[in-house]
Amino acid sequence: MGSTSEFNRRDLVKRAAALGIVAVPSMGVLSACAGGGDSGDNKVEKGKKSAKNPLAVNDSAGLDVVIFDGGFGDKYAKDAQGEYIKSFPKADGKVKLSSTQKIQSTLQPRFNGGNPPDLVDNSGAEQMDFGTLVGKDQLTDLTALLDAPSVDDPDKKVRDTLRPGVVEMGQFGGKETWILYYAYTVYGVWYSKGNLAKLDAEYPETWDDMLALCAKAKKKGVAGWTYPGKYPYYFPFSLYPFIAKIGGEEVLRKIDNLEPNAWKDPAVKAAFEAYYELYKKGYVLKGSPGLDHLQSQKAWAEGKALFIPNGSWVENESAKQIAKNPHFDLAVGAPSSLSTSDKMPYGTIWASGGEPYIVPRKARNAEGGMELLRIMLSKKSSQNFIKQVSSLTSLNGGTEGLKLPPGLASAQAVLQKAGQNIVNPRMQDWYVALQKERIGVGALGEMMAGRMTPDEAIKKIQKYADDTRDDSSVKKYKR
Amino acid sequence: MKHGKYRFIAGFLVLPLAIYAIFVISPFVQAIYYSFTDWTGLSPDMKMVGFDNYARLFKDDVFWSAVGNSVTLLLLLPVVTLSLGIFFAFMLNVGGRRRKKAVIGGVRGSGTYKILYFFPQVLSVPIVALLFQFAYNPESGALNAFFQAIGLGNVQPDWLGDPQIALWCVMAAMVWANVGFYVVLFSAGMSSIPKDFYEAALLDGANRFNTFFRITLPLLWDTVQTGWIYMGILALDVSAFAFVQIMSVGPGGPDYSTEVLPLYVYQKTFRDGQAGYATAIGVSLLIVTLVFSAIVMRLGRRERLEF
Repeated sequence: MGSTSEFNRRDLVKRAAALGIVAVPSMGVLSACAGGGDSGDNKVEKGKKSAKNPLAVNDSAGLDVVIFDGGFGDKYAKDAQGEYIKSFPKADGKVKLSSTQKIQSTLQPRFNGGNPPDLVDNSGAEQMDFGTLVGKDQLTDLTALLDAPSVDDPDKKVRDTLRPGVVEMGQFGGKETWILYYAYTVYGVWYSKGNLAKLDAEYPETWDDMLALCAKAKKKGVAGWTYPGKYPYYFPFSLYPFIAKIGGEEVLRKIDNLEPNAWKDPAVKAAFEAYYELYKKGYVLKGSPGLDHLQSQKAWAEGKALFIPNGSWVENESAKQIAKNPHFDLAVGAPSSLSTSDKMPYGTIWASGGEPYIVPRKARNAEGGMELLRIMLSKKSSQNFIKQVSSLTSLNGGTEGLKLPPGLASAQAVLQKAGQNIVNPRMQDWYVALQKERIGVGALGEMMAGRMTPDEAIKKIQKYADDTRDDSSVKKYKR
Repeated sequence: MKHGKYRFIAGFLVLPLAIYAIFVISPFVQAIYYSFTDWTGLSPDMKMVGFDNYARLFKDDVFWSAVGNSVTLLLLLPVVTLSLGIFFAFMLNVGGRRRKKAVIGGVRGSGTYKILYFFPQVLSVPIVALLFQFAYNPESGALNAFFQAIGLGNVQPDWLGDPQIALWCVMAAMVWANVGFYVVLFSAGMSSIPKDFYEAALLDGANRFNTFFRITLPLLWDTVQTGWIYMGILALDVSAFAFVQIMSVGPGGPDYSTEVLPLYVYQKTFRDGQAGYATAIGVSLLIVTLVFSAIVMRLGRRERLEF
């Protein structure tokens, strides 16, 4: 090929190709978020209201449900869907239930385009931000559902069959209830009674006992604690109720309200220092900062560590590994008492709703979505859920006549012991980025890996909280 | 001929250019538009906020650590990957002992090595990332077990859990996943270099070092340059996103030590519901990409050898 002409074929092809590869990939990222239009009002007609159909569901309309397929799977929802079809046989074949782990990337375009599903289990790592959904008026108020009679007892409203606090959790400062939490999760320090018995120990109710037990375990080559270092925001599951126990519930309330210097409270420092001591004395399983949740749960289930901060889904998630040790006997413990001057009694624990269900504002068949929720909150469907995934539901009671697996039985006992002393910090549903990434990965993880002292961690977290308060793009809440 | 030239080319390019305009340029323009709004990504309503998003970028520490990490990847990843690729390709094609009849040849068993090098290429990115994640597992992973086995039991890094080395760990996985492709690419490039050049050089008594730097590398320069741009885009884009998202603590951590621009775009859009701000980050990613390719094209400009 001659190159006397100033025009060079290879040059042109190369430049075009280079431009193409430069522009295309970067645009792929951006164009993925192109917004759609509002496709207007296309709701189905309401059906006839009756005792059997209090929400006036159109019995022949389709229903579109999207379930988060995580620790609990999706079978319980499919079973409830079967019940729905029993009530509305004409809807058979038009009820669509899909499950995914990628809630946000699946649903965001649909919300944006104005054709969301009728019921969504908005959960998991890709949870859509509730603050934004509520703030942008994308959800249906569930008050109609809460005021409808329950499936089991027509004289009782759904509202009155729920566990305390569940309705409030679904509200955002107003009267409307936007979210219904279906599961009921107990957070705390999870352990194996069998593994503790091997050390002649029971769950330590004071922090001194905790340290003594960890020292004893260390001599036998067993670590006291492990945690998912890749997701250090598991620590709050036992750390936040620990803070509340030491300094009282209002410390957590101030933290949730992003009040200035909320994190500088002495109770926070005391709790952080107690946990930091676990690291300093070498009671934390080596390598924990590099483990993800499944890896740390595996190490814990294999008996390499005694305690792990976690929630009640761990029984289902680690079922296979736990089953390998017939004497495991899973249990959950409330935070140990730091001293006798703690403001709240031993037994104070974090329990709150999990698996948040929402009915989008632009759902075609919002009544159907709520009706499915009403069916799920019946005793039959609740028990089905409990049996399948060993977690409680928001339906109060409902466990009568069921043989509970050890972890769930322990959670139930812990709840009973806690009585009124149940705390419910809201950071993780109000300020997801602050809780998970900034406080969790940016400070708690660093502190527990020994790269930051408690004082430094508190200073950093306070700055993160202040930044969030001053960030006008984040919607704020008060409780 | 000279005058009709551009019209002639344009005639051929009408269709591709139209497709390019619809699917590449128009989202591009849209994205720039969205970067001036407060769009959440969760509902179609939004309002213009002017340069607010860009002003916010300047004060955002996480954004700057993402820029820092992305630029680090951009500078190091192509250098490391391409150098290794060229080195391996040279050894496979030219670097071996001289054999009968053949002037040049690869090291013994070079055919097998070629397959081995290319092997990671057939694995999908998530699988490579997961494999490395297992190896990096500080509690039961292969790397720490290896240290234990050779008597370095007290050297047990946290790998991905340590902000000092996490980014390097991710980078190592990316190099491993990509180097095979360049071995093959450069092998192809080397096989098109006329054998008589080598013959002449060898007659003059050149050693491997000289043959490489005086013949192979200069004649391979076009391929290197293309590979460089391609690798740079990879470092800024899909590959970096996938590896960091799957492997790193957080992801993006610990302490933002592995945060990269595409991941930050994703987090802002899909976790925080701030799509407007995310598009502003995306636009800055585009600027970084353009600056990079402009610099590479300029630095790489050389007199072209024809053969």
